[in-house]
Amino acid sequence: MKGAPTAAAAGPAGLRQFLVRFPFLPALCILIVLLALNGIFEPRSLSFRSLTGIVSTYLALMMLAVAQTYVVYAGDIDLSVGAIVSLVNVAIVALLQQMGGGGLTVLAVLGIGLAVGLACGIVNGLVVAWLRLQAIVATFATSILFTGLALWIMPVAGTPAPAAVWRTYGGRILEIPFVFWAVAALALVLAILARTRLTTQLLAVGDDAVRAYQSGLPVTRIRIRGYALCGVFAALAAFCVTGDTASGDPLVGAKMTLSSVAAVVLGGCALSGGVGTVTGSVLAAVIIGLINSLVYFVGTPSEWQNLVQGLAIIVALMAGVLVTRWARS
Amino acid sequence: MSAVDLQGGAGPGGRVLAIVTQPLVVATLLIVGLLVLGEAISPGFASAQQILRLLIVAALLGIVAAGQNLVILGGREGIDLSVGGVVSLSAIVAGNLMNGQDGGIVPAILACLATGAFFGLLNGIGVTLLRIPPLVMTLGMLGVLQGLLVVIRQGIPSGLAAPALSEFVTRPFLFGLPGIIWLWVAIGLVMAFMLKRTVFGHRIYAIGANEQAAYMAGVPVRRMRIALFMLSGAFASVAGICLLGYSGSSFANVGEQYMLPSIIAVVFGGTPLSGGKGGYTGTMAGAILLVILQSILTTVNIDESGRQIVFGMTLLVLLLFYGRGRAMRA
Repeated sequence: MKGAPTAAAAGPAGLRQFLVRFPFLPALCILIVLLALNGIFEPRSLSFRSLTGIVSTYLALMMLAVAQTYVVYAGDIDLSVGAIVSLVNVAIVALLQQMGGGGLTVLAVLGIGLAVGLACGIVNGLVVAWLRLQAIVATFATSILFTGLALWIMPVAGTPAPAAVWRTYGGRILEIPFVFWAVAALALVLAILARTRLTTQLLAVGDDAVRAYQSGLPVTRIRIRGYALCGVFAALAAFCVTGDTASGDPLVGAKMTLSSVAAVVLGGCALSGGVGTVTGSVLAAVIIGLINSLVYFVGTPSEWQNLVQGLAIIVALMAGVLVTRWARS
Repeated sequence: MSAVDLQGGAGPGGRVLAIVTQPLVVATLLIVGLLVLGEAISPGFASAQQILRLLIVAALLGIVAAGQNLVILGGREGIDLSVGGVVSLSAIVAGNLMNGQDGGIVPAILACLATGAFFGLLNGIGVTLLRIPPLVMTLGMLGVLQGLLVVIRQGIPSGLAAPALSEFVTRPFLFGLPGIIWLWVAIGLVMAFMLKRTVFGHRIYAIGANEQAAYMAGVPVRRMRIALFMLSGAFASVAGICLLGYSGSSFANVGEQYMLPSIIAVVFGGTPLSGGKGGYTGTMAGAILLVILQSILTTVNIDESGRQIVFGMTLLVLLLFYGRGRAMRA
């Protein structure tokens, strides 16, 4: 949020300024190293086909990391994002099952899905910012609520999504896989959002809520908007999950919540708020995907894979925190 | 987190009912109210036997929450998300070391305490020396522990609780109460004594309220914080052993269900997540409250979805009583 320093300045001071200006750089470096390692251990893993596979599997986590980022910008946290993913996933699958899978119907249902995500986000925002409950426990409580709603809509997993949904998600438009179009659209939306007043306001609130309030910002409303935006992106993540798994599952998102927090930190955001970029979070989501595939490609025995992934992620998290702090010291 | 930094003032309810909103009083009133409600919904809910069963379950949660409580009291966004992993890990370590033999209890307890304290030490080192935020550090540690559990599970069977351990947790021991309740009471007394009467306890509040000031006053802040995380790991491992005794054998990720509820119990007990004030007595009441609430919902004849919806809503309503943030003032 500082003015543009000259990146050309030599020495560690210049590097630091550069890192402050582009906090996602450590994540980018890790990403490149991981891509290289993946290529070394399994050249085929860098083929267009397998990269498409990684993107379509981890697009949901990218979306969810973006969702979490907007909340973390303001110094809040949302432990219910995974539950929102589950709720939107079962809501759209159940609606599609009832209304059929025609083109316009699908669009209408996706609209409803976005509305559900938005509503969940607003509930979180009201509970945390307006009622002033502690974000960690309050969003844990709403996550139970949202999971209950998801179970109410669909008590057991397994309802299939109409073919149109997964054919589109796994298909190609103009010879380019759909997921890459989705990534391009995401990049465009994020670029626009980064230039809006809301992003600046969220970062200002996260940097120092009291000062933001004293300089006339409607802090409560801004935080609620952050949560609302988070809900919308969680709904988008749910669309990706639905496209990828082609079915409804009332618990599908539960495991994604903590990964989204890890991705946000890995991407260079400070959990205390005020610092970070959505770019970093998106890159970090891909990093988590690449770590998982690398662990597989180096031939780790299957029972050791989770442990090695866990170790790699904790090391990456620590490295990210240390580099970011060094840059800002 | 700014939201947490703003904690402290009582909400509008606090001005109206200053005494009644003391967290411990609220929790106790709610516990009694819920017991009456449970008895009304399903006669026999508040029978001595049922209450005893609830207390055993609450003791398991309460022991995990003791460590969580200490880490949170220590402030600087202190939180331990890895407790769930430690509970699961020590349940399986204990199960294999005792393997149904009473003779294996002592080595099992020692090994589990060492395991818990070791992971607490790693958390503490990460948080203090490397200055990683506790949420991030313990989240990463949770991932490592979950991976470790997968590895351990491949190689060895889940193990069996020693008969004496199962008896300790489930059979009456003294005055009709099982040993685990007495253990919990003892932990409660030790915690209360430690927090109110010892230098160590006072230093916990000191670093939780103002780390800088505590450091200036000569408190070894880093060592304190490492000790708190080690205690958290040790308490979680004790809970893991007791959980093994409760269920007979350890099964996958038994501990995960304690991660966030242990935090909720602490908050219900009147310790805000910003740390520096509160205590363990309230947390014990918070743990009982949480367990009774869940138990009532299982008694009521509604399906899982309704249960979760009501549980989530009730948690939100209850949270309104506790540690709401201060309103912004110019």
